[in-house]
Amino acid sequence: MRKSPLIALVVALAAAGVAPFFLTNYHVFQLTLVMVYSIALLGLNMLTGYNGQISLGHGAFYAIGAYCTAILMDHYGVPYWATLPVAGAVCLLVGFLFGLPALRLEGLYLALATFALGVSLPQLLKYHHLEEWTGGVQGITISKPDPPFGLPLDQDQWLYFFTLAVMLLMFAIAWNLLRGRVGLAMRAIRDQHVAAEAMGVNSALYKSLTFGVSAMFTGIAGALGAIAIQFVAPDSFDIFLSIIFLVGIVIGGLASIPGAIYGALFIQFVPNIADEISKAAPWAIFGLFLIGFVYAMPMGVAGAIRMAAARLQRRKPSP
Amino acid sequence: MALLQAAGLRASYGITRVLHGLDFSMAEGTITTLLGANGAGKTTTLRALCGMVRTEGEVSFAGQRIDGRATEDIVRLGIAHVPDGRGTFTMLTTEENLRLGAYTRKDRDAVESDLERIYGYFPRLRERRAQQAGTLSGGEQQMLAVSRALMLRPKLMLLDEPSFGLAPLIVKELFGILKAVNEKERVSMLVVEQNAAMALDLADNAYLIETGRIVLSGSARDIKSDEAVRRSYLGY
Amino acid sequence: MDAFLHQVLAGLATGGIYASLALALVMIYQATHHVNFAQGAMGMCCTYVAWSLINAGMPYWAAFVLTVLIAFVFGVLIERLVIRPVENSPILAVVVVFIALLVIITSITGWIYSYTIKTFPSPFPDQIGLGRYMSPHQVGAIGVTLVVLLLLYLFFRFTPLGLAMRAAAQNPESSRLVGIRVGWMLALGWGLAAAIGSVAGIMIAPSVYLDPNMMAGVLLYAFAAALVGGIDNPAGAVFGGFLVGVLENVLGAYVIGNELKLAVALVLIVGVLVVRPSGFFGKVHVTRV
Repeated sequence: MRKSPLIALVVALAAAGVAPFFLTNYHVFQLTLVMVYSIALLGLNMLTGYNGQISLGHGAFYAIGAYCTAILMDHYGVPYWATLPVAGAVCLLVGFLFGLPALRLEGLYLALATFALGVSLPQLLKYHHLEEWTGGVQGITISKPDPPFGLPLDQDQWLYFFTLAVMLLMFAIAWNLLRGRVGLAMRAIRDQHVAAEAMGVNSALYKSLTFGVSAMFTGIAGALGAIAIQFVAPDSFDIFLSIIFLVGIVIGGLASIPGAIYGALFIQFVPNIADEISKAAPWAIFGLFLIGFVYAMPMGVAGAIRMAAARLQRRKPSP
Repeated sequence: MALLQAAGLRASYGITRVLHGLDFSMAEGTITTLLGANGAGKTTTLRALCGMVRTEGEVSFAGQRIDGRATEDIVRLGIAHVPDGRGTFTMLTTEENLRLGAYTRKDRDAVESDLERIYGYFPRLRERRAQQAGTLSGGEQQMLAVSRALMLRPKLMLLDEPSFGLAPLIVKELFGILKAVNEKERVSMLVVEQNAAMALDLADNAYLIETGRIVLSGSARDIKSDEAVRRSYLGY
Repeated sequence: MDAFLHQVLAGLATGGIYASLALALVMIYQATHHVNFAQGAMGMCCTYVAWSLINAGMPYWAAFVLTVLIAFVFGVLIERLVIRPVENSPILAVVVVFIALLVIITSITGWIYSYTIKTFPSPFPDQIGLGRYMSPHQVGAIGVTLVVLLLLYLFFRFTPLGLAMRAAAQNPESSRLVGIRVGWMLALGWGLAAAIGSVAGIMIAPSVYLDPNMMAGVLLYAFAAALVGGIDNPAGAVFGGFLVGVLENVLGAYVIGNELKLAVALVLIVGVLVVRPSGFFGKVHVTRV
């Protein structure tokens, strides 16, 4: 890595490390959610930004992850941290299986298929034959975990650090995947899949796997989210969640790892800001923010930062 | 006064400069040909005249400055461009393509009689008038493209490689019609061509472009008869 | 059998509305290669305008015509002011703008008119009903839909402006070369699509009651219909609309719950698409590498 992003990263980590000790519980909770969303957005970005497959249904994977955690904790008493790998594995499988028939669909057609997924899942969760497991419309409540080993943290602070640790792990995995040959293959498929295949990239396998891995990331985020909010119910995972995820990666920046964080900050805080500005029509204000961001930064926040950095580089005198 | 005059015409695609300051002019009623190899800038020149690329420099048509103006406005001044690749509306019928050529005209009756006259020049188009234009052969599409331009009743026609992909006999037929239109209806023409031999037979004057600069100009007859020039610049 | 026929006919009635909205979507798609996700919200908003006009005492058909004209202008303005600046942005960025439009329009309409549902009148006399097979409004709605579709067809096929709009959508560069102002053709297309959307809204409001989220389901069905017919095929969109309308109604008889019906319908449609990835009449695109 070059020097300046490394320094920025260290500073950011340090700030993240001390933040919970200076903020109220509610703000710590909000930051925890930001981290949860950034993992979810990273998952979606892998699929849509890096691999070019649009998904309007990622809320479904988020929901599946959340429900895995809730069901395991509530029905089987599984400890919260052990539910994460299970949620990840389940979503990896479901995502991969969904990706197989979806291979035949492109662009708008794939958008509709994923949209159908996003709309159907809450219905499935409300289905009365599955009520015994899913808790039906009422959902399932779970309890907030306590910090282990008697650490001198309160529950919100512990959850914050736990989520931070998982987030760093997931981001490291993603960084590794996307920087290397896999990422190159994914982008090749996105830009020119015929040429990619001609060069030996197994397009079908990569596309389905990408779906699976992307679902896994978002599913793990859902699991973390369930633990943080302590509650899952079908109506929290409606189609609007999927749409807001898509908005998040576009605003944050497609095909960008830090973009997931910018996007998560946007979707967590801008609706609150919009609400402050206008109680009567907050979503109208939110929409205006969206349009404003797209006008000013069509390549997302990450793209704008990249361009600004490039312009600064050009201004530097050559050695 | 020249019908068309360009002074210091420069054109760029993004930050890449393609034309480096062209100076040329055309008198009314003449046919001028712009020759050059692939990538020399011939197509760019025509697009620059029509306002389809970013240009600098001066271009005047019939005494008016047209540089910097929108394509749609330049068309209304009487310039018809038969583009590279013909630009056929492939999903519309032959006749719809022709009628679109007359889109900016207000004289409905004259348009109908012009349509008849075009079918007179190109009977094969009349046969295929209701057929989807994309199904016409290469030669027929070229005739359609030229006809569409003629439907404007232009003062100046810009033709981009009209011989491209056509059998020599068809090219001869097409160029014969162009000559007839030029003589009978006083339509001036600027013809971009790679096929120098046929172009020099058709044209009155010629310019040669190489990598965005004019390197040779003169009457077509002089250039054709100058063996040294022909061999070194035109390859025959 | 009798009940089934009733469902099919009712399905054709709503199918007509889906068909017109699907056609609006395809029109804009053909011209811009974007799907206007705010089409439903725009139609809904105009339906509220009609409601206000009728409530203020204007006779139904006068309000209808005035609303359609207002919708047309509204569509043109949105294209010129909101869409034009992002014309050349990446596709997903434009999708976000459409989503933003949808959210803004819905939110502002809800703020002005409140979210309580309102009734909307149907102008069709009882005599035109087909007994227990089709209500007068259903017959009327199909009639209006067919008239709209016919007028559109005649416009595009036989008028110079319609020809110019088709040309501009298919080949903007060549269109400029014959003097067509492509930007304005685009704006006109948006105006027409908005007008069609308002007619769809006015026709469906009496059955589903007027509320800011009224057209969300309709838009979804229209989108699915456009895809099933082939996103680049206007006739396919119309076919798709009727097909989806019948499907929804038949499902509605055997599957309980509005939302569940939607989910099942979508899954079925996606099933069709997996078998025929470009829809029934869509063009299979061959591109050069």
